[in-house]
Parts: sequence; structure tokens; C-alpha cells
Amino acid sequence: MFIVNHRKIFFAVSIALAALGIFSMIYFGFNTGIDFKGGSIIEVEYAGARPDVGAIAEALKKDFPDSHVQTSGVKGVFVKTRDLSAAEHTKLLQELSLDGKSKLTEKQFNSIGPTIGKELRSKAWYAIIAVILGIVLFIAFAFRKVSEPISSWKYGLITLVALTHDIIIPAGLFAFLGKEVNSLFVVALLSILGISVHDKIVVFDRVRENLRLKLFSDFSQTVGESLKQTFTRSVNTSLTILIVLGALWYFGPASTKDFALLLFTGVAIGTYSSVFFASPLLVTLERLQKR
Amino acid sequence: MLKPRIIAAAILILGILIGYAVYVSEPKLAGGSDLPLSDSLSKFPFKLGLDLSGGTRLVYKADVSQVASGEVGDSLDALRDVVERRVNLFGVTEPIVQLEEGSALGGASGEKRLIVELPGITDAVAAAKMIGETPVLEFKTERPDSARKSAIVAAWEAFQKTGAQSPLLSEDPYYVDTGLTGRFLKRAIVGFDQTTGEPRVSLEWSEEGTALFGKITKENINKTIAIYLDGAPISTPVVREEISNGRAEITGNFTPQEAKQLVGRLNSGALPVPIALLGTQVIGAPLGEKALNDGVYAGFVGLLAIAIFLIAWYRLPGLIAVLALSIYVALMLLAFKLISVTLTAAAIAGFILSVGMAVDANILIAERTKEELRRGKGIKDSIAEGFSRAWSSIRDSNISSIITGVILFWFGTSLIEGFALTFVLGVLVSMFSAITVTRTFLYALGITERNKLTSFLFSSGFHKN
Repeated sequence: MFIVNHRKIFFAVSIALAALGIFSMIYFGFNTGIDFKGGSIIEVEYAGARPDVGAIAEALKKDFPDSHVQTSGVKGVFVKTRDLSAAEHTKLLQELSLDGKSKLTEKQFNSIGPTIGKELRSKAWYAIIAVILGIVLFIAFAFRKVSEPISSWKYGLITLVALTHDIIIPAGLFAFLGKEVNSLFVVALLSILGISVHDKIVVFDRVRENLRLKLFSDFSQTVGESLKQTFTRSVNTSLTILIVLGALWYFGPASTKDFALLLFTGVAIGTYSSVFFASPLLVTLERLQKR
Repeated sequence: MLKPRIIAAAILILGILIGYAVYVSEPKLAGGSDLPLSDSLSKFPFKLGLDLSGGTRLVYKADVSQVASGEVGDSLDALRDVVERRVNLFGVTEPIVQLEEGSALGGASGEKRLIVELPGITDAVAAAKMIGETPVLEFKTERPDSARKSAIVAAWEAFQKTGAQSPLLSEDPYYVDTGLTGRFLKRAIVGFDQTTGEPRVSLEWSEEGTALFGKITKENINKTIAIYLDGAPISTPVVREEISNGRAEITGNFTPQEAKQLVGRLNSGALPVPIALLGTQVIGAPLGEKALNDGVYAGFVGLLAIAIFLIAWYRLPGLIAVLALSIYVALMLLAFKLISVTLTAAAIAGFILSVGMAVDANILIAERTKEELRRGKGIKDSIAEGFSRAWSSIRDSNISSIITGVILFWFGTSLIEGFALTFVLGVLVSMFSAITVTRTFLYALGITERNKLTSFLFSSGFHKN
């Protein structure tokens, strides 16, 4: 089987991509959203013509020195600043309207105190780690009857490596693009884990079945044939999920556009890694064991 | 042969009925038409989260540091009830007032929080005002002369002269807390002084409050009691005798209007514990509506595209998969209504993802069936074999999804919980629809003979047969 025989090339590709992802996360860093670090964001729309953004920034400078004003649509602006009390919120609205000179309506406002931000952030980390561990333990359990030629916990181990690979790459891409990292970002990573592990289980399940049926003499041939047998399914399932995500990205609400983009990348990478990374890794582990 | 067909027909009819029920229960879709059942079913609308319906979400921190540890639970429940009453006064439909505890994971262990969600209210400033302005009523007694009192008085004098800061400034030099607060109030009414005609506020204590007030008055005869409202003294009457009938009167310099307002606020409940705003979120209604419409449209386009793909690639099994998926979607929508799942953008994402899982099960079955056919088996055997071979994959992958969902629900914040709930629900329902519905339909077709046509129908992709 081509993929199994040339696995070193694909390992190199995966390692390179993951390295790029890690590099990008370190070098560019995450553009943390306010729900993770605390702060507030407001979007308003002016009834008449939008005042000059410079003038708005000037009006806010005194009371909200850390504010950042951005245009939104034709008549609106976005402002990011520290977390605000109710009184400060009123004041901000007043100053945004240039003391009542430009009438406006508030489209959205979100203010999050630093403790909540910190809590959400650490919860997100724990959730990701717990999900990965839960999945790995389950796989080790589900494949417990498979011990030849490699034991079931190794399937779990490979899943662990592959799942980490699957979320590092999209996360790195997000760091590179400077997209906002918020709760939805975490939901997306968790969804990627869910979809990606589906894929891995389907391929591993086929390997398990072929091993039981003893159709092939050699482990690498078993893996190769299993890959061939599940290939169409892997591609088609990913394709349907990608279609839905594409629709969500193109037609869906603005708030989930980045979410859909991240998932799109993650599902593509997850499918790639099931076929080209996780499964050949089984063969490598078996070879290492033989030595 | 007859039995699977009857079951298949029953499932199909049931699916259509469910779809119909979902359709007519949405006034927006059925358009006020008088289709049968639409009245009774419209009692189960979709429950939209604030991000889709527009509204305000306020997160408060409840300061329970002054409450005895055994009474924290009670006073928090009282706080929730009070805020709920206050919110209800303003006629918001379906407000949510709930308690939450800060997570130990976030380093905010034991922090008590109050979450208030007000659909349709987009003026956060007014909303925070109507909740936060509830009066904190406290009764305090004179601070006995002591070294501490002198120290606090000295600190205050220093502050007035030089502005010197001191931790002692947080304490009142002349009065101390008694524990008697608005929590123990049964009700308040406006009265007028018989002789002067001055408005006053009469308080009636609860049983517990009566005992406490009796004790305080007994111990403080000929001393003053200070009545504090929102941290400021409004009246310092002198106690003449022990008052054991559970009544008290406040005579401040009220105008009749002020007295009336105070009574209204006190009756809706004094806040048993102080609260501080931690976070505010406002979503304008048009923004929410646009998000909802876009989300529904995207879901529809996505499903349609999947349907076209499945039928084009998998032909007859594809068509059956589409039928099973339609029933799956109808079932899920019904479940959202019946158990009133709060639909947010994240929850819809979880649902859409579960559609992916449901499709996966159907693809697995179709692929395995095709493999068996390729080995030259008959159509009926191939279907049976296809199912049993695909089952272990479907089972294991879905169990891992459920594990993911449950962990997320466990750890989750409300956003992640919403996602996890629809996702797990979706995975469970999809297993049912893939196994039961798809299988029954395939058997009900009753195709056993293998000829050019049936081979074509069960083949896939670019193959002719």
C-alpha cells in the first residue's frame, strides 16, 4: 500500500505542519477575546452619518484611554476597552454619541470581568485535556481484545498523538491569521477532536476486524488494506461535513464564521491524519516493537 | 416481507407527523393559518438563547462574606427570589435568574454568582439599575466606647483633614451591624403621622425578624438605632422600650412620593446580600434575528447539499439515507421543543455537527453493503452483513462522541454546555435513526433479485454497476 510504504514522507509532512502550528502559536501568539481576558466590546450604529472615527477616538481618549475604535458596516463602530460598570457603560454611550450630537443605537455590548475571563480560560484548558484523555482511555478499552501484534493502549497512544496534531495545526493557523480566540474557538477545537476521533476509530476498527479475520499475513499489509477499504468512507464523510461547514461559513451568522473556518480546517486535517498519519504510525510502532 | 413494510410505513407516517407538528407549532412558518393542532402545539416554541433573540445577560457576584456559613445557601436562594420578583415587576417574558458557583478550576472557588438573563431587554443600563437598585436595608446599633471606636474615629478625622487612607475607614465609627436586615422583612406599608401628616414607612418583620428586633430593642433601651438604606443612614430613632410585636417605623424626611417608592422597593424584597456586577452582555434584537435567520438558512443549504450528494453518490441507499436523515432532523427539532433546549449559536453548531455524525453512520452502512455486493453476495445478505459489519464502527465512534459530550457538559460554561447538550442528544438520536430507520427502509424495499437495475441502484460513485 502506497501510503504505508511511503509513510516517512507523510510523517515529515505532518511533523512540518505541526511544527509550523507550534511556531505560529509562539511567534504570533493568540489574539485573545474578551471572554478569556476580561474587557468589554460595544457595537453601535449611528442614525445619521457616522462621525469621523478619529473624532470618536478623541472623544473617548480621556475617560477610556485604552479604547480601540473600529468601523463596522456603513454606519457603525466597534469599540474595545476594559470591563465597564453600568455607570461607565452609560458614559461610554454618551461619549460615543459625541454628547448627544450623533444619535445612535446600541447593537451589542459585552463586558466581562477579569475573574470570569480567567475562569473560562482555565476551564477551556481542562475541558480539552479531559476530552483527549477520555477518548484515549476509551480507545484503549474498546480495542482491549486486540493485543497482537501491538497492544491496545498503543492505539490509544497513537490517537493521543494524532489528536494533538489535529488541533495544533488549526490553532496555529488561527494564531497566524490573528483571529479571535474565544469560547467558540474552544468549542471548535473540541468538535474537531470529536470528528477526528470518529475517523480514527473507523480505520482502527477495520484494522481490528482484518486482524481477527487473519486475511493478511503481514501487519503493514493489514493496515494498508484497511486504509484502502475505509478510504472512500473517510473522504465521503469528511466531504459531507465540509459541505455543511462550508454552508455555515458562507451563509451562516457572522458570529460563527470563524468557528466554521476553524472546524473546516480541523476536519480536513483530522481526516488527513487518520489516513496518512495515525494509521501508518501503527505500522511504525509495530516495527519498533519487533526490534 | 409484509412486516418490515408495515413498520417502514409506520415510521414514515410518524416522521411526517413529527415534521408536521414541528411546522405548525412555529407561528412564523404556519403563518397564523388555522391548520389543525397549530394552537395546542404552539405552546412549545423553540427556546432561543439571548444571542439569537436579543436581550441582556448580567452576571453578578454575591458578597456573602457577612453571612454565617450555615446560612449562605438560604440567603442566596432568598437573593434569587428577590431578584426574580424584581425582574418580574418589569414584565419581561421568560427571564432567567439563576445561581452559579465560581469554579475551583478557575481559581475563583466558592465565588457565588447570580446570572440574570432578560430576553428582549436591550437597555443594559436600565436593566442593571432595576436589579441593582434594590435597597439594602440594615438596622445597626451604637458602637460601645472602646479602643477600637477611638481608633476608627481617629482614622476618619485624619481622613477628613489630610485624606490619609486606612483600612479602618471601611468601618462605621458610631454603629455596628446587628444582623437585622431587609432579609427579615415581611412587608412594608406607607403611613402618615397622625399629628404632623408626615409620611412614614411601617415595617412588619418576619417571625425571625421579630425575635431579633425584640432582642435588639430590649438591649438598647434609651440608645439610638441607626437605619441604613443602601449604606447610608436615613434615620436614627431612640429606642423607648422593647418592641416585641414585630413592627417598626421609619420616619425619615420622606416626601410622600419617596415613601411610596421605598415601600415598593422594599416589598419586592430587599437584597439579602450585596451584589456587584461582574459582566454584562447585550445583543440587539435585529442582530440576534439576523444570526438566527442566517443560521437556519446555512443549515438548510447544508442539508440540501448533503442530500444531493448522498443521492448522487449512493443512489438508492443514498435516497434512503436522506429519508432517515429527514426523520432524524424532525425528531431532533421536536426534542428541542419538548425538552425546551435553549438554542444558541453554539447549540445549533452542536446540532449541525451531530448531523455529520448521522450522515457518517449512513455512509458506513452503504459502503459496507457495497463491499459485500462486490464479493458477489445477494442484495438482502449484503444489506444484513453491511449493517452488522458497520455496527462496531458506529458504536465505538459514537460512544467516543458521547464521552466527549458528557465531559464537556461536566466542565462546561453555559456556552459549551449548550453545544454539548445538542451534540449528545444528536448522537443518541442519530444512532437510532441510522440503525432502526435506515435498516427498516432498506428491508422494506424487498429487493432480493440481483439484476442490472438493482445492481446499479446499490452501486455508488462513478461505477455503472
